[in-house]
Amino acid sequence: MLARSDSVPGPLLALNGAEVTLDPFGGLVWPAEHLLVVSDLHLEKGSAYAKRGRMLPPYDTADTLTQLEAMVARWLPRTIIALGDSFHDRDGAGRLSSAALGRLRHLQAGRSFIWIAGNHDPEPSPLLAGEWAVEARIGSLIFRHEPAAHAEPGEVAGHLHPAARIAVRGRTIRRRCFATDGRRIVLPAIGAFAGGLNVRHPALAGLFAGPFDAHMLGRERTYRMAVRTCMAD
Amino acid sequence: MPHPHPEAETGLPQRFTDWFAARGWAPRPHQLDLLAQARAGRSTLLIAPTGAGKTLAGFLPSLVELSEKRRPRRKAEPAGRAPPEPVSPLHTLYISPLKALAVDIARNLETPIAEMGLKIRVETRTGDTPTSRRQRQRRDPPDILLTTPEQLSLLLASKDGEYLFSGLRRVVLDELHALVTSKRGDLLSLTLARLRTIAPDLQAVGLSATVAEPNDLRRYLVAQREGEDNLAGLVVAQGGAPPDLSILDSRAKMPWATHTALHALPDVYGLIKARRMSLVFVNTRWQAEFLFQELWRINDDNLPIALHHGSLDVEQRRRVESAMAAGRLKAVVCTSSLDLGIDWGDVDQVINVGAPKGSSRLMQRIGRANHRLDESSHAVLVPANRFEVLECRAALEAVRVGAQDTPPERTGALDVLAQHVLGMACAAPFAQEALLDEVRSAAPYRHLSEEDFAQVVDFVATGGYALRAYERFAKIRRTKDGLWRVSNPAIAQSYRMNVGTIVEATMIKVRLVSARGAARTGMAGRPRYGGKILGEVEDYFAETLVPGDTFVFAGEILRYDAMVEDEIYVSRTTATEPKVPSYDGGKFPLSTFLAAGVRGLLSQPERWSGLPGQVREWLELQRARSRLPGRSDLLVETFARGGRFYLVCYPFEGRLAHQTLGMLLTRRLDRARLKPLGFVANDYAIAIYGAGDMGAAAKDGRLSLDALFDADMLGDDLEAWLDESALMKRTFRTCAVIAGLIERRFPGKEKTKRQVTISTDLVYDVLRRHQPDHLLLKAARADAATGLLDVRRLSDMLARIRGHIVHAPLPRVSPLSVPVLLEIGRESVASAETNDSLLAEAEAQLVAEAME
Repeated sequence: MLARSDSVPGPLLALNGAEVTLDPFGGLVWPAEHLLVVSDLHLEKGSAYAKRGRMLPPYDTADTLTQLEAMVARWLPRTIIALGDSFHDRDGAGRLSSAALGRLRHLQAGRSFIWIAGNHDPEPSPLLAGEWAVEARIGSLIFRHEPAAHAEPGEVAGHLHPAARIAVRGRTIRRRCFATDGRRIVLPAIGAFAGGLNVRHPALAGLFAGPFDAHMLGRERTYRMAVRTCMAD
Repeated sequence: MPHPHPEAETGLPQRFTDWFAARGWAPRPHQLDLLAQARAGRSTLLIAPTGAGKTLAGFLPSLVELSEKRRPRRKAEPAGRAPPEPVSPLHTLYISPLKALAVDIARNLETPIAEMGLKIRVETRTGDTPTSRRQRQRRDPPDILLTTPEQLSLLLASKDGEYLFSGLRRVVLDELHALVTSKRGDLLSLTLARLRTIAPDLQAVGLSATVAEPNDLRRYLVAQREGEDNLAGLVVAQGGAPPDLSILDSRAKMPWATHTALHALPDVYGLIKARRMSLVFVNTRWQAEFLFQELWRINDDNLPIALHHGSLDVEQRRRVESAMAAGRLKAVVCTSSLDLGIDWGDVDQVINVGAPKGSSRLMQRIGRANHRLDESSHAVLVPANRFEVLECRAALEAVRVGAQDTPPERTGALDVLAQHVLGMACAAPFAQEALLDEVRSAAPYRHLSEEDFAQVVDFVATGGYALRAYERFAKIRRTKDGLWRVSNPAIAQSYRMNVGTIVEATMIKVRLVSARGAARTGMAGRPRYGGKILGEVEDYFAETLVPGDTFVFAGEILRYDAMVEDEIYVSRTTATEPKVPSYDGGKFPLSTFLAAGVRGLLSQPERWSGLPGQVREWLELQRARSRLPGRSDLLVETFARGGRFYLVCYPFEGRLAHQTLGMLLTRRLDRARLKPLGFVANDYAIAIYGAGDMGAAAKDGRLSLDALFDADMLGDDLEAWLDESALMKRTFRTCAVIAGLIERRFPGKEKTKRQVTISTDLVYDVLRRHQPDHLLLKAARADAATGLLDVRRLSDMLARIRGHIVHAPLPRVSPLSVPVLLEIGRESVASAETNDSLLAEAEAQLVAEAME
């Protein structure tokens, strides 16, 4: 088991034969492989909008890195996979502040870091360390950005920014979530300005042949809900 | 025919005197007063009741001037290619809050102009004006232009603005009392300041209903300077006949807590039958829907009764308006959508169902019945519950003495200023100091600090962030000559798309699908097309619906089936009771003035004789079992019931302020380990319920009520709560749109996938963490003080009751607390912690189900 900085044991989840755990900050952890997977960081989304005249706060990259650092400190992974759309646009890496670039390098130091190509960042940036891949395969799991229409079991993907909404006692709560049926999983977006797509949307629901679950992000842990009990937006 | 007012006396040219005489009229004194003010070169505020000839008074000076010595006007060139005249011939600008009103006034002006044979060209300019005519208007302006505040902003931000208004002599601001209470009024004040810069001799004329503080409006009309209080002239028209106003005396049993007035339905129907045409006003769209439906249920005579509110399809509203104008309707159930504007037809009765909420609002509504000054308007108040009886009584007394409770003067909003500054940069490069002077000449901005203005300019340029990350993307830049210029033409384009201060809630279309089809469609099923669009609901209402819920809309009970993209699918149902309460009470809070009236009435039993018997008994019982809330104290009752402990207080400060107070009190009681479980608020009272005995704690000194209600709760507690408040996030979104941080959504252009739109909630969270003093957070906080959270009113109340808290520990429920206790179950507390515990609860429920 990996070293953990807090005492809450992560519930283990079977994913195509692998035992993984879900971090409430949105990362997927595979303890046996010392692996942390994160998706859709959308770094520099604020400045991508600013370029077009919408001056969103320039603090999103710092916030997203803070989330990532917290997860890395919690799990001390040997490998990190960023599942694509790590930057909001092609020249996003070029707009990183030197402070952000430093934090990113620090995160990468002493471990392998794999950037998976996303639709927002389809090509590797020369400014970044780490490996670059369109897909990666480790054991029984395959990691890619966009979920494939007819994926083989074991797919870990992002791209869709799943979010779930439930009604309890007359109130509704909407949170980012993991979506999984035990054969494949879609990770939530981590980017501070990344929105969410409802798990009942056909683009998400269509990925799963049978019933599937949403693991909603909470403060301390994730909460598992059957998607049939979740609400549309 | 002898002339009643020779020109020497009236200042009215012969042609005009003749025209009045020919129609059998005499000019009214206030019309002549306004003419005299104009001749003296003064800006003026005219206060006049409906039916007093306000509009003609406003235009008379312009018509007279335009009929007299004028520069000869060149004929418009056929192809419009001749260079424009050196000074624009545009003489008078008329601004109305409603474009329909502008169009209507233009039509009415044509009559005197044609009958006197005046050579005056009157045109309108609204969002509907075709592009070709807009272009022509800039090149070849009319003498009088009628338009809206937003169109004026657009004109001023264009390169032609300066020429167009170069010869402007007068601007007439209609329904000024309604305009100045909102951000629209802030924007209009800024455009007025710019008009004065372009045309220094400009006179401003404000037309207004009666207001509490006429000086606020007089100040608004003229340029302000530091250390001066400049006021426009004032003309007050004589009031008309006093209204014939009464409270419905129903024999039916008076309900405790509802807002629907269902008990009085037969009486309301009887009132409608007895008159020619009635306007039935309610406070919310949902009440309108409900009442309309119930009236039709008992409409045995098939009276033509229609429905009018802001969520209905525009076409449907226009049909109702023209049917009114044609006299084909017996009654229209409506919301404030008909508070202002054109006179549609021959209304001879106003029925106000529910609480009047404010005396000025009520007087406006009463004025909709009958537009002849010398006849009384006939109006009936229909209280829906016991507290509303008190409120109606207080309102009735206020109307009798003509007491006004219009809101106080606004401080100009910073988000609006940001929009205006960008507009001014689009018009021409500006010098920061000169623009600051101009902005400060507008009354709402007269106290604007140099720092705040610099922050606004910085926001417009690069977002105003402490982290200087966006210099290279700046929208406006200061060049070597010291002037701020827009960086590229696309910025002006984007400004034009964003102009205005009205940010509509995102609306969700309601589509009626067949009952069987809907059942098959299901939630995750494929979208079905076809089916009629019934109208739109606000997205936050749609978000509260769970499939299977029934609610009233467009006059029917509908079942919510599914949401597909930006539509909700509904089907007809046989249900007779809607499941989702149709009352949305947040719209207008009880005015401070009426609240004081209600408190006064409660504290003086000798004045209760006019109240219905059941209400009197209720108050007598309260006096015997607990005590009556006093004029200026705060009554706090505590009691236990059904294993729970209650704390009920009666601030009478309106639902919005009470909700904020309820949140804050709950936090404090939680810290005092009194285990509050929730609270509920209405316009009059707040009830907190919990597992800890708050009464005992107050008695034995563990809980100090003075400390509980101490004003310092507005500091850190409020800040902490605002973090999570959905209302605050909505307020922030409005500011972000107005200030141009995010794009306005246009109907039909909405992105359908949420992942591609920027959520302002996320921006809000990030900004609060990193730059809590950012301009937009400042703007949102200022709005919260008066808007959805009503924090200012709360702080006034806390100051008023300091040292005047009266604790009544009771053995059982008090009579006065019953109405608010009946609301329990309709609301609950929201915070991140409770949300997480709700998530855990939902998960546990599922687990339990699975294990059964």
